Amino acid sequence: MATNNAIDLTLPDERGHFGIFGGRFVSETLTAALDELQQTYSKLRQDPDFWAEFDRDLAHYVGRPSPLYHAERLSAHCGGAQIYLKREDLNHTGAHKINNTIGQALLAKYMGKKKVIAETGAGQHGVASATVAARFGLECRVFMGAVDVERQKLNVYRMNLLGAEVEAVESGTRTLKDAMNEAMRHWVTHVDDTFYIIGTAAGPHPYPMLVRDFQTIIGRETQRQSLELIGRQPDALVACVGGGSNAIGMFHPYIGHDETAMYGVEAGGLGLDGDDHAAPLSKGRPGVLHGNRTYLMEDDNGQIMGTHSVSAGLDYPGVGPEHSWLKDIGRAHYVAATDDEALQAFHQLTRMEGIMPALESAHAIAFGMKLAKTMRSDQSIVVNLSGRGDKDIHTVASLDGVHEDQSGVVS
Amino acid sequence: MSRIAAVMDTLKQQGRKALIPYITGGDPAKDATVPMMHALVEAGADILEIGVPFSDPMADGPTIQLACERALAHGTSLRDVLAMVTEFRQQDSRTPVVLMGYLNPVEAMGYETFVASAKEAGVDGVLMVDLPPEEAEDIGGIFREAELDVIYLIAPTTTDARIASIAASGSGYVYYVSLKGVTGSAALDVDDVARNLTRIRQQVSLPVGVGFGIRDGATAAAVGAVADGVIVGSAIVNLIADHAGAPDKARQQVSTLVREMRQALDG
Repeated sequence: MATNNAIDLTLPDERGHFGIFGGRFVSETLTAALDELQQTYSKLRQDPDFWAEFDRDLAHYVGRPSPLYHAERLSAHCGGAQIYLKREDLNHTGAHKINNTIGQALLAKYMGKKKVIAETGAGQHGVASATVAARFGLECRVFMGAVDVERQKLNVYRMNLLGAEVEAVESGTRTLKDAMNEAMRHWVTHVDDTFYIIGTAAGPHPYPMLVRDFQTIIGRETQRQSLELIGRQPDALVACVGGGSNAIGMFHPYIGHDETAMYGVEAGGLGLDGDDHAAPLSKGRPGVLHGNRTYLMEDDNGQIMGTHSVSAGLDYPGVGPEHSWLKDIGRAHYVAATDDEALQAFHQLTRMEGIMPALESAHAIAFGMKLAKTMRSDQSIVVNLSGRGDKDIHTVASLDGVHEDQSGVVS
Repeated sequence: MSRIAAVMDTLKQQGRKALIPYITGGDPAKDATVPMMHALVEAGADILEIGVPFSDPMADGPTIQLACERALAHGTSLRDVLAMVTEFRQQDSRTPVVLMGYLNPVEAMGYETFVASAKEAGVDGVLMVDLPPEEAEDIGGIFREAELDVIYLIAPTTTDARIASIAASGSGYVYYVSLKGVTGSAALDVDDVARNLTRIRQQVSLPVGVGFGIRDGATAAAVGAVADGVIVGSAIVNLIADHAGAPDKARQQVSTLVREMRQALDG
């Protein structure tokens, strides 16, 4: 592959900056804990034994490598580029989230922390955290907005079954951003014995870097599998972006190889013309939230805005700082798919390939199909199918006007 | 000499401790803040910390989270808080005012605009909870040039090496966070505070104010015995919340508490 020497592939710098983005904007009490994490991780990052242990769990516990699948009927339907799906939906717990929680649980283990906390929106990262906590014998507490607790009762119960305690967060908009605030507050109070497993490639340094590193397994496998299956690297990568961990995991190994275009798909909600979306890269501006400088959805006074997306996993007003940097240097393109487009893509993939995508991933499918139509049939696109759609069946049913009776049967 | 340094110097010569109350600007109403500021001064406050409300107050406990929500419910902005300081200065040119809050509203306004507006309004110092000195390297110069004091936090977890760098970056006073936790936390360990202040003072020549967990005359006196100043937030904000519909009653209750602390500190 041709390598682009103009882009700095070593970022973030020592203090976690990707250009003007990233960094560490936290209250003083957390600085020591973040320093400790950074020191531990810098050491382990160079340690082959650490990565061997990580790879072992990815192979035997998560079930990696996840397949790269040629969606032939979907490709034929679009009538353009060949669409391949990176099947993160087939991982244990049903999404890419587990790659990261395995990595961070290993860090917790090396640091001797017996308690872990996590924030969650729809519950996927909460479930992935509760899962590794069970696997590693750690005490787990998950912070979840009260609104989301109500919307995702089944996931709350899944976490309980796994032994985790779920705390409903009543402050602010009572959704993901507030769950993250509350997790930070808890961490500040219990910083001596608690490890905070952040669910996306955002937050204060070194989180965006280490979450990315754990998720790059997606992109590294894609590189190898593309050679085997396509005979070369794809012309484009497509992934949904909320915080953006599945996208950065797929994109990062490709940053220096500029013959592969990269598209991050944000939640367009009800449309980018109004305020009811979750697309900070498309419509926001740089600011500081949750420990890093990045594109944010904020009002003129710097207050963070409420967001809207049909998919709870994308319903976040910020984004990982590396995406903000990739946007500004022009290496990756950021677009949006609306609720309706995602829902339509959900149905199309389900009917044409027998694969039910998570609503988050359906945003990537929606844009991938649109993009394919503009390309030649000898070109190829890899879409990251970051999670499976079982968790969203109730949402899809209610949006389609199908209602559930008390026994749980939809009619 | 800045207004903050002058007040701290005078207090030191008198052998007294600074009493530094905190209220959130615009809580519970925009027109309640300036009268409350005057009431605080009259009850014995030396320096005022005025919170700039933020939608995501990550380092604050429930009391100040709710104060932010009340202030934001009727749209209190950073500009509004600056206007409150301007109005306060029409009657009080002596009491230092520190704006306390989170970085994003300042970032949204723009650093140059903020510094110029703050200076013009009569603000003396700025404490941004999520701006550690490392991230302030580029913008610190703008504040210094305008002679706005930048107040930094020191926590029980802060290492000696970092205390040195904070001492070198800050001015006015440093704010020692008495415990690992958020604002409004209950348990204050005065012996632990005393031990940490000894450690801090080896490297910091600025006055040290202590906050988090001070709620009455007794805790104020205990902390005042070892610190240069005591910072009181949630205890006051709770009274404001309890009397949100009756501003006169709120001022009266808050004045009583601040007077009790003043007497305990001076006694």
